[in-house]
Amino acid sequence: MNQASGIVFQVLQSVLVVLIAPLMLGWVNQCRAWLQNKSGAGIWQPYKVLNKLFHKDAVLAHNASPLFRATPYVLFGCMWLAVGIVPVLATDLPFAPAADVIALVGLFALARVFVSLAGMDIGTSFGTLGARREMMIGFLAEPAMLMTLFTASLISHSTSLVTIVETLGQREFVIYPSMAFAAVAFLMVLLAENARIPIDNPSTHLELTMIHEAMILEYSARHLALIEWASSLKLTAYITIGFAIFVPWGIAQAGDWIGLPIALVALVVKLALAGAGLALIETVSAKMRIFRAPEFLGTAFLLATLGMLTHFLLEQ
Amino acid sequence: MNLPLSSQLINLFAALLLLLAFAMLTQRRILSLINLFALQGFVLVLSTGIVAYSTNQSHLYYSSLLTLILKVLLLPWILHRLIRALNVRWDVEPLINIPATMLIGIVLVIFAFNLATPISQIAGTITKSTLGIATASILLSFLMMITRRKAVSQVIGFLAMENGLFFAATSATYGMPMVVELGIALDVLVGTLIFGVFFFHIRETFESLDIHHLEKLKER
Repeated sequence: MNQASGIVFQVLQSVLVVLIAPLMLGWVNQCRAWLQNKSGAGIWQPYKVLNKLFHKDAVLAHNASPLFRATPYVLFGCMWLAVGIVPVLATDLPFAPAADVIALVGLFALARVFVSLAGMDIGTSFGTLGARREMMIGFLAEPAMLMTLFTASLISHSTSLVTIVETLGQREFVIYPSMAFAAVAFLMVLLAENARIPIDNPSTHLELTMIHEAMILEYSARHLALIEWASSLKLTAYITIGFAIFVPWGIAQAGDWIGLPIALVALVVKLALAGAGLALIETVSAKMRIFRAPEFLGTAFLLATLGMLTHFLLEQ
Repeated sequence: MNLPLSSQLINLFAALLLLLAFAMLTQRRILSLINLFALQGFVLVLSTGIVAYSTNQSHLYYSSLLTLILKVLLLPWILHRLIRALNVRWDVEPLINIPATMLIGIVLVIFAFNLATPISQIAGTITKSTLGIATASILLSFLMMITRRKAVSQVIGFLAMENGLFFAATSATYGMPMVVELGIALDVLVGTLIFGVFFFHIRETFESLDIHHLEKLKER
């Protein structure tokens, strides 16, 4: 019975997150448009874009290798698996023991390696440029991300996200100063990893400073659709990891059918607030020069390290 | 790990204080530096207020009120007026680049935490675990004074160091005697005013606020 409910939760969560990920992106874009006094394209726009792209014929460069064709599927698969592991709706997930937070970071790294290789595969200068920048951002963001997750792990004595959620969500409310540091660091990593504004501008591919868009410039039609979908999934995955660590309330426990609607409502509210917050951050901040990015991510790493240090000082 | 709420809040504010100390260390603009200094003062006021409330030390209320008036309102106002009068809103030029400064800062924090742990173990106050953070923020302000070239940001570093000292006094012994505190507050105020006059003199003599020029003041 328990196992059956676990499988149901797992399937439900995986399908739900894949379906609402473009909506999340649409909501962020809509909020940004509102904040900039524009009317915006509506929150369903990403679905329309995906639909349009899936109905087009794919164009491939003559010298494209199988790697170039395979990358969109690998990318989408990685991101889907990631959202399957993160406890979004329920903690009772059969997939979750497959990977702890370290493996999760590894999963994101795998996706990054593939998309960078695909960017270089065609041999255009833009793809190579984007791939190199992406790897630079990645190698700076990963340690900060790991340190952030370790702070949560130190508190809950486990690297499994499910255990972290169960420990933090069940316990009576305690203020962890170390988590405040970790939260700021995590936010900075989230912005950098998802190509959001202080590091990269997601709404243009006409800039010399672009990172993510430069790598996927050669993709079209269904490949591009999968990549766009995977990007929105990545954003959702990061935001839900943030929820799991910093606001783990409302996630349904094992075999808790009554908790499921509550978890659903809590998720929608949290995602809506997070999307609006993200749009606000992107509106009030300006894009950095690429050479400021190491400083930005260095600060994230520093904050995460400080979080761990304050944990040892204040919470032992 | 089941501390009372007041103690948790004090720990949180201590962490915020450390965060602000780092933010000041990495800040490039003088204007934001002053705002951060005012914010640090405000966090100090809140944490002192909570210590006062939870330990029933009425004199701490006065000192937090003094901090509010002096460090959150008066000193930032003076500094704002100063930089407007001196017309210095340019970016601060640190001597060491900022990532390196942050790494040195982390080393300082580890040093301060290690230094404070044995002391806080023998202390009996509810704020004992924040002593490490207070020491760290003093050292970080000190680092800021060393790595900055411009006189205004050095003075802000000096004032931030005073914030750290005040916090250390609160966390180690529930604050200093009122006479000492009043004396220090007056000293800081007068010090800032004198620094303000100095800024004008430095600028008049060297046409810059870069204290690098002061090295030439040698007798032949």
